[in-house]
Amino acid sequence: MAAQVFLDRLQARFKTAITGAHLDAIDPWIEVTPQSLVDVCTYLRDEPDLQFNFLNCISVVDYFEPDPKKAAKVDFQPHLEVVYHLGSIKYKTSIVIKVLLPRWKNDVPGNLPEVPTVSGVWSTANWHEREVFDLSGVRFTGHPDLRRILCPEDWEGHPLRKDYEMPLEYHGIRGR
Amino acid sequence: MPAVLEDQRIIEFDVRTDEMLVNMGPQHPSTHGVLRLVLRTDGEIVSETEPHIGYLHRCAEKIGENLTPRQWIPYTDRMDYLAGMNMNLGWSLVVEKLLGRNLPEKARHLRVIIAELNRIASHLVGMGAYGLDLGTFSPFLYAFREREKILDLFEEACGARLTYSYLTPGGATADLPPGWLQKCEAFLGQFEPVINEYHALLTTNAIFIKRTANIGVLTPEMAIDYGCTGPVLRGSGVDFDLRRDGEERYTEMYDGYAFEIIVQVNGHYPKDHDYPAVPREAVVGDCWHRFYVRMLEVMQSIDLVRQAMDRYSVAKGSWGEPIKLTEKLPKGEAYLETEAPRGQMGFYIVSLGNGAIPWRARARSSCFCNLSVTHELCRGCLIADVPAIVGSLDIVMGEIDR
Repeated sequence: MAAQVFLDRLQARFKTAITGAHLDAIDPWIEVTPQSLVDVCTYLRDEPDLQFNFLNCISVVDYFEPDPKKAAKVDFQPHLEVVYHLGSIKYKTSIVIKVLLPRWKNDVPGNLPEVPTVSGVWSTANWHEREVFDLSGVRFTGHPDLRRILCPEDWEGHPLRKDYEMPLEYHGIRGR
Repeated sequence: MPAVLEDQRIIEFDVRTDEMLVNMGPQHPSTHGVLRLVLRTDGEIVSETEPHIGYLHRCAEKIGENLTPRQWIPYTDRMDYLAGMNMNLGWSLVVEKLLGRNLPEKARHLRVIIAELNRIASHLVGMGAYGLDLGTFSPFLYAFREREKILDLFEEACGARLTYSYLTPGGATADLPPGWLQKCEAFLGQFEPVINEYHALLTTNAIFIKRTANIGVLTPEMAIDYGCTGPVLRGSGVDFDLRRDGEERYTEMYDGYAFEIIVQVNGHYPKDHDYPAVPREAVVGDCWHRFYVRMLEVMQSIDLVRQAMDRYSVAKGSWGEPIKLTEKLPKGEAYLETEAPRGQMGFYIVSLGNGAIPWRARARSSCFCNLSVTHELCRGCLIADVPAIVGSLDIVMGEIDR
């Protein structure tokens, strides 16, 4: 299985920076620490026999259940997952890298969690990270131009957070 | 691009004037919807381009978190509204991937027929609108004349002309109606010779070549770095098409089909003796090549539809059965990309296994990445070249903004 090979390579190189892996998932993923993300990505891109030179997508999944009744039943702790889908044009392989973050930095609501930018590794990440920042509320440190991209610049909140509430009004337009 | 600046004739422009910020859009006709470009210009030369997007943002992903996969199908139609079938297909495949469901053979051929027909329709709009961008109106009318016939076929199959919701997880909402294949074959027979008209109007037109050849050259390295896909990537000479190189769940649809990837290898396109020659001025990765790849893909899609119809008519078994509207999703997550007309359209679904509604639905837009390379392509070009470059990327704002 190809994913096992990638995991072995990464573990040999980065040791404790690889915090977990799910190889039996439909799309196997490998979890890395935020601090090592850029190094892992650069390694995956530059190794001659890996060449993950194509960043397909960056997504964020918010694991949080706002409804207290349902929250008692869910089997996860509140957190965010930043998901990087990578591919190799040359070898036609793919791999998923995940970074787990707290929902808020230092548990202060409104204080966005931080992860280093990979826009220096793949330029695709530039706009994708802006979109993630805009909609899911993750701050990419070192990003050259971290602004909202889809929502207006003066929009408040991050709509894809599970506890997001639509504003009552925006510039005189009724929201809900 | 430096290639333009090295041109000796440019020297006469080299008079320093005050820089000016020019707003192009959001209602500019050549921005394909509501795209706003802020150009920093020095006389006629553009030094910086900054696209502003989001005017069509509807937060489709948030809606997807509150609907079951089949209920979200109509929302995928409204992403790339020129290729609704291909959007339906992408989402359907990823839901099937999560459910671990495989399709009967007949349903797969049906999907190839529909997806490739929609690719033709989409490229026709791309071609016609590109003519508009460059100031010629006729190709647009020629293109819409043929596209109309494809829409008629779609209307007969599913009742809709733009937002189809036809392909759905599990197959399609209905089988093709009786007599449909004959009508489709008649259309292809009539359409195939017409393509020479398009080549005469645009591909080999001297003005068109002047406006597009050696303009907005995108190198293969830059295309990959910016995540460009589809005709934009192949126009730069990168041999990559998900119909051959994608995941098995997607490529098995095309198993056994005879087709070649439309990309220039060693200076030749596949079967290029049948088509107009590449003009001397054109270099790989310029606007002309991106346009030409789309034109050749139209020819190839005609061939694929024919092959698919042959297989469909002899395939046994059912055309698939849609999943229940409230089909329970297993715990897990899946990501899949398909080759939509404008590039690789990816969908990502996450389910907690607690019902029929996914926890997260994500759409990876091909045009979003294709557009993000604009500032590199437009650096140093003339203002008049900006519509030529943006048009050659063939963007649909509904898909970029979602």
